[in-house]
Amino acid sequence: MGKPSDLVQGTLDLLILKTLLLDPLHGWAIAKRIQQLSGEVLQVQQGSLYPALHRLEQQGWIKAKWAESETGRQAKFYSLTAAGRAQLERETANWYRLSAAINLIVSEA
Amino acid sequence: MRLIEQIRMAFRSLFRRGQSSTQLDDEIRYHLDRQIAENISAGMSPEAARTTALRQFGNPALLRDQTRATWNWTWLESLLRDLRYGTRTLIRTPGFAAIAILIIALGIGSNVALFSIVRGVLLSPLPFTHPQQLYSIYESNAHNEGMARFLPVAGGVFTEWQKAAQGSAEMAAISPFQNYNVSSEAGRLPERVDAGWCSWNLFSMLGVVPQFGRTFSEAEDRPGSEATVILSATFWHRRYNSDPAIVGKRIWLDAKPYTVIGVLPSSFVYSGAFGGNNIQVWAPLRHEESSIMLTTFEMHDMLVIARLHNGISLSALLDRLGVVQTQIHNAHPHAHDAVSGRTLLDDSVHDYKTPLYVLLAATGCVLLIACMNVASLLIARAASRRKDLAIRSALGGGWARLLRERIIESLLLSIAGGSCGLLLAYASIQWLVHTRTDMNRIEAIHIDGVVALFALGIILLCGFSAGLVSTLSSSRKNLLGSLHDSSRSQTAGSSRATLRKSLLVLEVALTVVLLAGAGLLIKSYARLQTKDLGVPVENVLTMRISLPEVRYKTPEQQVAFLDRLISQVRALPGISAGLVSTAPGEGWGGDHLMSIAEHPPLAKGQGLDFMIRGADPGYFSAAQIPLMRGRIFREDERLKRANVALVSDSAARQFFPGEDPIGKHIRDQFDNTQVEVIGVVGDTRWSISEPSQPMLYWPIYGNNYTGATIFLRAPRNVDSIAMPVQKILSALDPDLPVSDVMTLREAINKSTVDSQFDSLLILAFAAIALVLAAAGLYGVLTYLVTQRTSELGIRIALGARRQQLLRTVLFDGIRPALLGLFVGLVGSAAAVRLIRSMLYQTEPLDPAVFASVAALLLAVATLACLLPAWRASRLDPIQALRTE
Repeated sequence: MGKPSDLVQGTLDLLILKTLLLDPLHGWAIAKRIQQLSGEVLQVQQGSLYPALHRLEQQGWIKAKWAESETGRQAKFYSLTAAGRAQLERETANWYRLSAAINLIVSEA
Repeated sequence: MRLIEQIRMAFRSLFRRGQSSTQLDDEIRYHLDRQIAENISAGMSPEAARTTALRQFGNPALLRDQTRATWNWTWLESLLRDLRYGTRTLIRTPGFAAIAILIIALGIGSNVALFSIVRGVLLSPLPFTHPQQLYSIYESNAHNEGMARFLPVAGGVFTEWQKAAQGSAEMAAISPFQNYNVSSEAGRLPERVDAGWCSWNLFSMLGVVPQFGRTFSEAEDRPGSEATVILSATFWHRRYNSDPAIVGKRIWLDAKPYTVIGVLPSSFVYSGAFGGNNIQVWAPLRHEESSIMLTTFEMHDMLVIARLHNGISLSALLDRLGVVQTQIHNAHPHAHDAVSGRTLLDDSVHDYKTPLYVLLAATGCVLLIACMNVASLLIARAASRRKDLAIRSALGGGWARLLRERIIESLLLSIAGGSCGLLLAYASIQWLVHTRTDMNRIEAIHIDGVVALFALGIILLCGFSAGLVSTLSSSRKNLLGSLHDSSRSQTAGSSRATLRKSLLVLEVALTVVLLAGAGLLIKSYARLQTKDLGVPVENVLTMRISLPEVRYKTPEQQVAFLDRLISQVRALPGISAGLVSTAPGEGWGGDHLMSIAEHPPLAKGQGLDFMIRGADPGYFSAAQIPLMRGRIFREDERLKRANVALVSDSAARQFFPGEDPIGKHIRDQFDNTQVEVIGVVGDTRWSISEPSQPMLYWPIYGNNYTGATIFLRAPRNVDSIAMPVQKILSALDPDLPVSDVMTLREAINKSTVDSQFDSLLILAFAAIALVLAAAGLYGVLTYLVTQRTSELGIRIALGARRQQLLRTVLFDGIRPALLGLFVGLVGSAAAVRLIRSMLYQTEPLDPAVFASVAALLLAVATLACLLPAWRASRLDPIQALRTE
């Protein structure tokens, strides 16, 4: 199973922010959502989400709240902050530029 | 917005670390439980569901650590861990910790104390407005090399300067050498106080605002105006119990009424190069001073302070005044011909500059030695923990991490030592402030923020350097070697000892420098103490009286009083007593330029410089000044018939070479009075540290003396006669105060207090350094012997003679001491030049001092090395071979 670094550097942050754009989610749900949305292509090691989540929280891009989950147990729900939204936009723009550039090189060959 | 969020998180991860930790565990457990539940619903057995979930998740323990590492304050957490670890290791070796802390406390304490003193006395600005514009201006001589560069100013000269400086500087004059008899009033005893006369603008020029009342007005600074006085804060506090109502009241000074117009703030202390920090009352100069002194160009009793206007430099002012001074000199040949000046701060602390910087350098040496000693101790400890460290390195302990641990340990030591040192510094400063009240600017010494910063700085420096040096000794490279050492290697760890030995060489060298300095200062102090004043000093008591001119108006009244007084004192059993204007060792006491009537006239402006003393006929036998030729004054040679004089031996030899002075006439160039020489007496010194000057005595009865020193000699126990003499005085005149009651020995001690102080302090520092160096030698050698235990054991087993072993080991320890001694002697030869000005009749390269320093150091070094060497020679070979 791959480490987070197997993903393109910094992409995990983008994925997490993107996943949280619509509604607050807890860690397990974020992992599931990334897996589903990517059509099961991205096999993120689930545990490696947590260092990333906590780092984003320390940086103020996301915030966390304990709430009752769908199974009735308390879970930690993460949601985007205003600053996080702005950060997501920046990272998305970055991603497009980067992938376009890579595309260019790859299709050239 | 994001910032608030970040701060909230930082706060949370700092203060709710425990809670965050459990929450993280909950979070991970929740995740795993969900995954297991999902896996079960996908049809797995609970067992399989669990392992699959864990595989999908990764190692929970590792991930938890990785997550925690993203939190804020991680560095703090690990720092705290290291601190805990460091404290634990120090507590486990209390002996080592206590010694290291003590050493550092001594080093840092003495440095902080000296730094606060240097800062307070030499560096902090004077408590006046814009002190950088204030300068002291002096007369000086352009060509006469022998005389001082900074001479007091004559009254007439000051007036001329003031006119010439218009537009470039404001000038004020002070005459700080005055005193008054304060009459008894409302139950307060009469007393004699030091006084200063100043021009009216002094306080406003300095920017000193009185705490009550006002300063002098220009109208009060004139002859004939109403007499006014300003009190110092200490005098007001002591005598008038801090009563503000004193302002506007009358007090009696020298039996004349003065109106108190103000009280100075306690922050104001006048401290010039000529003393005056004990002035209790201030009066306007032109009101008090005689018209002769105000207009003379030749008699100098004023000090001048100038405040330069913006844009004017000192040299510009001196140029301007120099022109005036040259004109004055042309018109009055006895006047000085040049002008000099220095900043007011420099003026007041000039005498302390060299000693204080020398002391600071000495404490710097002590600190260096202390640092090296602690580093050396840490190296020894590191050596004994070498294997522990090597194993930790081998298991992946980062070098940086180990370094940090070591530095934290030495920082802990230096912080603990520094805190003790600060207490030490505080105590010693308190002691100094209370014992050295004679020192200028002593009141400016405080431990303040800058001093605290300085202390923090040297604590950190000390901790880091000691830690770094000790870490350098165990670099990563010989890690494998350390592990190999555990097998039986017989020549272990020699490289580590090399570093310690070079530290020792430095330590010993610095100690030698300190010892040499201390030796020279002590020799100079001893010279001062045993110096012959010209009279036997034991069992002599002196006390000063001065007669208020208002009550004793005519010379006849003054002489009658003195005569009555001295004959009653002489009636006391067993006492010989005399009157003199200034006793030996009591100070300059005044000099006049004279010429000899029988000699060819001197060139214009030339004169023979005699020190002048008034004495009564009984003084010479009481003081035991030998009469060498001729006779002493007769009782009837007084008042109108007081035109006789005695000259001292050096005056006779210097001014009457190859002829008999008796019968010659000496003429005072100032007022042309003439006296006949009737005898020659022995030399005396006016100050213990100055050579004796040619001296002239004339009768104290009738040469306008209104003050005198009563010189009392008793066969024993001279202190006990102070009371009966004071009783006689108060019976004669109850308002007449007595001042400066002290034995001649006390007076000498007082005038050598600077020298004593400096030499004792340096000696103390040198002693500390010597002990530290000895401890260092002992430590290094003990360490070496432990390292070589098995080697020595084999040698003994093979039949080496114990004498031989003793010598080998001893020499091993003495070698760095010898090297250090050599370096130190060379260093001292250079360093002692700096203290030349503090030495009295002692050459900086005194061979006796250097030889005794070398001998002392070698003796101490041998002693320190002897015990480990002896132990090495007594080794039991079986035991030695068994130790690993």
